[in-house]
Amino acid sequence: MEFLRPASWQEALAAKAEHPSAVPIAGGTDVMVEINFDHRRPDHLLDLNRIGELEEWETGEDTVRLGASVPYSKIMAGLRRELPGLALASHTVASPQIRNRGGVGGNLGTASPAGDAHPALLAGGAAVEAESVRGSRLIPIDDFYTGVKRNALAPDELIRAVHLKKASGPQQFSKVGTRNAMVIAVCAFGIALHPDTRTVRTGIGSAAPTPVRARTAEEFLAAALDEAGLWESRKAVPPAVAKQFAVLVAAAANPIDDVRGTAAYRRHALGVMARRTLGWTWEQYRGHGSEQGSTSCA
Amino acid sequence: MGITRTPTSLTQSEATRGGIGESTLRPDGTLKVTGEFAYSSDLWHEDMLWGYTLRSTVAHATIASIDTGEALATPGVYAVLTYDDLPTEVKHYGLEIRDTPVLAHGKVRHHGEPVALVAADHPETARRAAAKIRVVYEPLPVITDEASATAPDAVLVHDGREDHHIGHVAHPNIVHRQPILRGDADRAAARADVVVSGEYVFGMQDQAFLGPESGLAVPAEDGGVDLYVATQWLHSDLRQIAPVLGLPERKVRMTLSGVGGAFGGREDLSMQIHGCLLALRTGKPVKIVYNRFESFFGHVHRHPARLWYEHGATRDGKLTHVRCRIVLDGGAYASASPAVVGNAASLSIGPYVVDDVDIEALALYTNNPPCGAMRGFGAVQACFAYEAQMDKVAARLGMDPVEFRQINAMEQGTVMPTGQLVDSPAPVAELLRRVKSRPLPPERQWETTEGADVRALPGGLSNTTHGEGVVRGVGYAVGIKNVGFSEGFDDYSTARVRMQVINGEPVATVHTAMAEVGQGGVTVHAQIARSELGVTQVTILPADTRVGSAGSTSASRQTYMTGGAVKNTCEAVREKVFDLGRRKFGTYHPAWATAELLLEGGRVVTDGGEALAEIADVLEDEVVDLELEFRHRPTQAFDLRTGQGNGHVQYSFAAHRAVVEVDTELGLVKVVELACAQDVGKALNPLSVVGQIQGGTTQGLGVAVMEEIVVDPKTALVRNPSFTDYLIPTILDTPTIPVDVLELADEHAPYGLRGVGEAPTLSSTPAVLAAIRQATGLELNRTPVRPEHLTGS
Repeated sequence: MEFLRPASWQEALAAKAEHPSAVPIAGGTDVMVEINFDHRRPDHLLDLNRIGELEEWETGEDTVRLGASVPYSKIMAGLRRELPGLALASHTVASPQIRNRGGVGGNLGTASPAGDAHPALLAGGAAVEAESVRGSRLIPIDDFYTGVKRNALAPDELIRAVHLKKASGPQQFSKVGTRNAMVIAVCAFGIALHPDTRTVRTGIGSAAPTPVRARTAEEFLAAALDEAGLWESRKAVPPAVAKQFAVLVAAAANPIDDVRGTAAYRRHALGVMARRTLGWTWEQYRGHGSEQGSTSCA
Repeated sequence: MGITRTPTSLTQSEATRGGIGESTLRPDGTLKVTGEFAYSSDLWHEDMLWGYTLRSTVAHATIASIDTGEALATPGVYAVLTYDDLPTEVKHYGLEIRDTPVLAHGKVRHHGEPVALVAADHPETARRAAAKIRVVYEPLPVITDEASATAPDAVLVHDGREDHHIGHVAHPNIVHRQPILRGDADRAAARADVVVSGEYVFGMQDQAFLGPESGLAVPAEDGGVDLYVATQWLHSDLRQIAPVLGLPERKVRMTLSGVGGAFGGREDLSMQIHGCLLALRTGKPVKIVYNRFESFFGHVHRHPARLWYEHGATRDGKLTHVRCRIVLDGGAYASASPAVVGNAASLSIGPYVVDDVDIEALALYTNNPPCGAMRGFGAVQACFAYEAQMDKVAARLGMDPVEFRQINAMEQGTVMPTGQLVDSPAPVAELLRRVKSRPLPPERQWETTEGADVRALPGGLSNTTHGEGVVRGVGYAVGIKNVGFSEGFDDYSTARVRMQVINGEPVATVHTAMAEVGQGGVTVHAQIARSELGVTQVTILPADTRVGSAGSTSASRQTYMTGGAVKNTCEAVREKVFDLGRRKFGTYHPAWATAELLLEGGRVVTDGGEALAEIADVLEDEVVDLELEFRHRPTQAFDLRTGQGNGHVQYSFAAHRAVVEVDTELGLVKVVELACAQDVGKALNPLSVVGQIQGGTTQGLGVAVMEEIVVDPKTALVRNPSFTDYLIPTILDTPTIPVDVLELADEHAPYGLRGVGEAPTLSSTPAVLAAIRQATGLELNRTPVRPEHLTGS
């Protein structure tokens, strides 16, 4: 195995062009596990740790451009207001040590349905900035996940950053695991209210071959909110609407039975999480309730 | 005032700092916390090779062929060994029954069984070479449960058994069966106003010690081998290793290296023989380290069990009878199964008075992973079931579950189902009273001025609830565990103690073969030596086989047994010091002949407190050096038909109260508090005692809500051999554990102490289950509880 250590982003792109099968490694929290378990034996590892700009983020007027290697702990600490859904999701990633190393680029590169960032990225409407020596492009998150642990990157492309709109409304993230910390998702759910566009976006993790949105549920909810004028009146969401939203979220999943949980439980749990997180975000939108569960850093 | 050595000699210790009863700090504590402690996986030798074990990918199959040619031809490979390369006629090992092949012979009986060994100059080379060994398996039907094991046409897991249990089992796929019959359960049942029965399932728990199996074997010039290894009982390993190597035991010199936890999982051999074989074959030092994945296949687990219980009681809350049947899955090899059966049977009804019982416990041979020793050893599975039953009976009687237990609680003078008299304190009712009388944690304890603190809620940081769907439950349980090796086993421990003057100061040196696996034994040995010999400086030598056996670091026995051995030898050394003193100074002071003498603060003093001489002046250049064995009271085997016999040395008791918050919609559990009360007889090191109780409690919590090795019932393959999917509690899952320590001396034991390590693991699990049942109203006859069991989905 060859270990490539480009000193700059341009060098990294050149290396990736020369060795398209090279596996990029940043925090190593996923790649190294794969290598240690011998699940993967790439010819080349492409170390991105010398490229400092990947660990930076820029906050514009409306958007955040989040470097692929910004560690989860920094997202939690520094972007809680701008990207509340992703900050909450980051808090559920593994342990403090792993959160200090891992970043969103790794989650996207691996594209495991169990990656904790995906539901928040889907709900937030992210775009993935991919680049190669041929040029740069933005891949909408909706088009990014193409199969089990597969994504839309071309072999010579690297993930440089993720672009996300700053939250224009409340966002939430919930994940079920059978332990109260440091646990891989049995299933997960993200929701973001976008009052500026009067839309709702969602993301489901670990309950389908890829991370998915619950589009029918989103459309149903947006329509229900619109029809009842709730965006303006900020009145409570009728329980029947919340219930139907939960049913539609559960229906959007396509889970399996595995050692972590049953398909039936996953559907059930997604419904519960959908109903609760809708409640939390809507209450916050109405001006009640706390911003989120107080999740001081553990 | 006359003085007896036990237990009033405790007063003596208080004069010497760092003696028994003090919470002296462990020498390994800081090193472990800062990551500096050298574990067995850190062993290193110039020019060493790395060993790797090829393991079976199927659970039950005949081996049609093994082709090692390509592996041997790999550059960097020094040796590839299979069964055919074993050097002597002894090709099997085992704790009690030698049924485990060193390397698979013609057949594999479980997933992950060692098939071949490779030694190479790099671990990666060894691993890759092993992958080139071609093993052709021809599948056999898998035996996975009682029905498939005992079917008339069942494939035998072991053909031609000749062990001493085969004569009394109904089927060769039963390792051992122990009935216990006392009184007349049928007649007593007729007196019962309520009869409650239930069937319970206990999942397979793993010890999940953090330091995986590892060791270093170094070939010696005399043809022998020096083995450095993390284990639980050096001499038991030695007895199994030497014959396979064809070496006399004195040529296999073992030294304990840093052990990263054990919990029973190091009682059986792992890499010991393999490492030695490779070292002797290549003439080079060989290191073997399992990774986490391999570790799940490298040691036995806790027996999963199915348990059937029937309890009867009269209207006024007196138990009339208990009938039970406990089926333990021993997996492919016997390991400690026979002893686990004896424990499960003899402790099956719990710490209660029941005169009429009909009990049966047995262990199966199956193609599931081998199961053996784990903290609690057969008593854990039974406690989960009988405590569930006790709650059910109390509910049927409309009684408070704690009061119902107290009515039936055993005490000193109770006769066990085995006929054994409980002849030391058994404060079962008092332990329950203590946990019950604690104030409960406040309701809705997760609420803060800034909103819900999710860390205090089910789901924790995963942010699944801010209080929605959360219901509190409170549950109680109490358990009984034996201490020490039982059923007539000649259980002894050896301690060598030397006393001499170094730089003008008396110094004691303690040498035992006790495996320090994290329990704090070395700390306690130094405390004992200080108390008994009145010295400040104590050197604890590394544990090795140059001194006699210390027995196993298991069965809650080491403070009792090797602590007892250190005390015993110290007492003999002390007498030698007194003799020396009498010879030198006897004529100067009559007290040398007439008074009771003590060693205290570096001096010989009378029990009246008068100093007679400095120890240094008594010893001068003399070295007092003794090695003595220490035994507990003898025990008896259980009668194979009736189960009668004084089988156990000592009993220990702990009670728990669990307070849980259950997210009833998502089926997630947060254990808020697990209060424990335990009688320890005498706390030699109170801090260590509390640590043991909190650790045992947490391990019990683990198997209540998350820990389980999942084995596919169709293939007998392990589905979750990783810490990604075999979950153990994190600190966020670990509740507040207030501990109430009682010290009611057992007059038969050194210092009156009672083994501590296991009892808290028993009652923790059923207390959590009882609390979840109270919160959900569900029956929950299986542990661990998974979310889908609580949501019905």
